[in-house]
Amino acid sequence: MTKQNTGERAYTLERDLQDFIASCRKREHPESFLITVLHKVQARCGYLSNEHMQEVAELLGVPASTVSGVATFYHFFRLKPQGKYMINFCLGTACYVRGAPLVVDAFREVLGIEVGETTKDCLFSLEATRCLGVCGLAPVAMINEEVYGKLTPTAIPGIIDTIRRREEA
Amino acid sequence: MATNMIRLTIDGRPVEVEAGTTVMEAAEKTGIHIPRLCYHPKLSVEGACRICIVEVKGMRTWPVSCATKVSEGMEVTTASPAIRQARRDIVELLLDNHPMDCQTCERDANCELQNLAYQLGVRDRQFAGERKCFPTEDSSFSVVRNSEKCILCQRCVRVCAEVQGVHNLSQHWRGAGTVVTPAFEANMIDSVCINCGQCINVCPTAAWIEKSWTDEVWEALHDPAKHVVAHIAPAIRAAIGEGFGLPPGTPAAGKTAAALKLLGFDKVFDTNFTADVTIVEESHEFLDRVKNGGVLPLITSCSPGWVKFIEHFYPDLLPNMSSCKSPMSMHSAIIKSYYAEQAKIDPANIYVVSIMPCTAKKFESRRPEFMNAKGRPDTDAVLTTRELVWMIKAFGIDFVNLPDEDFDNPLGYSTGAADIFGATGGVLEAALRTAAEILTGAPLPSIDFTQVRGVVGLKEAELEVAGIQLHIAIANGLQNARELLARVRAGEKFDIIEIMACPGGCIGGGGQPYPPKGGYTIDFDLYKKRAEALYAIDSGKEMRSSHKNPYVLELYKNYLGEIGGHRAHELLHTHYHARTPRGI
Repeated sequence: MTKQNTGERAYTLERDLQDFIASCRKREHPESFLITVLHKVQARCGYLSNEHMQEVAELLGVPASTVSGVATFYHFFRLKPQGKYMINFCLGTACYVRGAPLVVDAFREVLGIEVGETTKDCLFSLEATRCLGVCGLAPVAMINEEVYGKLTPTAIPGIIDTIRRREEA
Repeated sequence: MATNMIRLTIDGRPVEVEAGTTVMEAAEKTGIHIPRLCYHPKLSVEGACRICIVEVKGMRTWPVSCATKVSEGMEVTTASPAIRQARRDIVELLLDNHPMDCQTCERDANCELQNLAYQLGVRDRQFAGERKCFPTEDSSFSVVRNSEKCILCQRCVRVCAEVQGVHNLSQHWRGAGTVVTPAFEANMIDSVCINCGQCINVCPTAAWIEKSWTDEVWEALHDPAKHVVAHIAPAIRAAIGEGFGLPPGTPAAGKTAAALKLLGFDKVFDTNFTADVTIVEESHEFLDRVKNGGVLPLITSCSPGWVKFIEHFYPDLLPNMSSCKSPMSMHSAIIKSYYAEQAKIDPANIYVVSIMPCTAKKFESRRPEFMNAKGRPDTDAVLTTRELVWMIKAFGIDFVNLPDEDFDNPLGYSTGAADIFGATGGVLEAALRTAAEILTGAPLPSIDFTQVRGVVGLKEAELEVAGIQLHIAIANGLQNARELLARVRAGEKFDIIEIMACPGGCIGGGGQPYPPKGGYTIDFDLYKKRAEALYAIDSGKEMRSSHKNPYVLELYKNYLGEIGGHRAHELLHTHYHARTPRGI
């Protein structure tokens, strides 16, 4: 609460991001670049940490409360670190009636995390989504850009294991 | 100006108003006060609550009258059956998402939501559903947030940003989960909150209230082992009467002293006494900086909201701050040293309660700088004007008919210079009275520095005092202070600056009585009346310059030694430090 805030400030955002924010600040209405800046920070860092948002606020000259207000308002922004592999399982109607909840339970059990969380090794994040548009493959999940169709609970340990082994290799 | 006039009808009556007027303002001219909730005359228009909707002929939807400008030929209906039903529904929906605890709520009887529900005829609760759940956030020493009572009108967000320039608050998340919090949903104590309490003043409900210390004070008053003393700030006497229905601007120092004695305080002192001491020390400090090339401008340090603001937002200007403690902290320190010694009471048994117009004083009292070596605060408890009003009512004291009583001496005597501390410009005027006489070495022909008076946000003046040209400035409301500080940073020459966090100075503090029904805070017409009360007390006093206060002189002679000397520094001065999070 009472730490010093004078003197040189060391920012953890990468240099080119700092430069981009500085260029935004020079233009008219720097606050109108806030969402653009947050997009870039998230693209680089995977999510928006409080530390990075505070830095954005200071560098762009926009109150920190505005930055976190905007970041929490929009669905797109992630406030927690995301795993290297993003598992988006479908809970749309078709997948649901074809047993998606059981598949989700299998993911939770194998990964040891709840929906919306990330594994400790930062390898996997588990998220629910609505229809992915391939109901013929229900129940379906996407792991990053790859589609996994006609899933069963028993198939899940193998899928995860394959990725883990690939990563270890 | 006829070309700029717009003709329209409101509820069938023709009205002519200037272009740019809102429908709400135009309606006021015809004698119609359109019901409203999120609207505040001193803040930007939000249009969040939708209570002030009206019908406009030819418009498909019902616009909000606070944000809709008049146009030629407009036909407005303010209270058709459909509009009245819709307004009632809006309030019912707000109530549905609101705790049902009016009888035990701090704002019972002066809650704008409660008043509106009555006014609009909400007698039944048609809607019942899930209600939002948030824990009470009470990490701050000064303010408590109860988000379950928040109706998302955003007045606190607006006052914090627009009037105070702090921008601590913002809406977070969305839909039913929307909540007003500091950045990153941090606790208030870890935020850039300056504890000014203006959020409390503008809140229509009890979503913001001060952290109450009345329980601790009741307990101390009934503890026979404790010697309980009170001291009251200059601005209390100008506003406390309003809490009992007295007209604004009624000076009530004598009644307050009497009430405090009835409540059981062993001694009732006046913070004014150390306002005089502050002036003696601060004018000495100022003249010393002028003569010896010290850091100028000197900036006053009485306002704890302002002190925390500079620590977060302008740490580079901390060397400009006066090292003087505030009158409150000086007074409490003197009670537990000088007074304790004189009265032969162990300071450990003395319990000091200061009555302040201010919520930030609660925070100030808990700054480690104002605690003894054992971690005991010099000021044990701080009560706001509102809390004292409540205690007096709870005790059953008939305040209005109470005969005046005097403060106890020596720490209850003050000059007129101390009284005006409560109004913006008062500290500077008091300092000028003393500094000028020290410089010229002779009594001034007139001690009224009227250039620095007036309840406006920003004032500056060029003065010649004893052949020295002084550029002085006064700001209240920290957004105004920011303008001034930007000029200081840019190198413009100022000699002395007074800054008070709250609009109008302490008379507009975050702990002052709520305005009566239909009134609003940050009302400079109201604050002018409070200020006039203080200037009236000042001009009615024989002694009006701090350095002439005989008890102050005695304090230096018998106890402190030299002005600005070693002991004075130990008891009366302090230091500041930069704080995180950095203010932006």
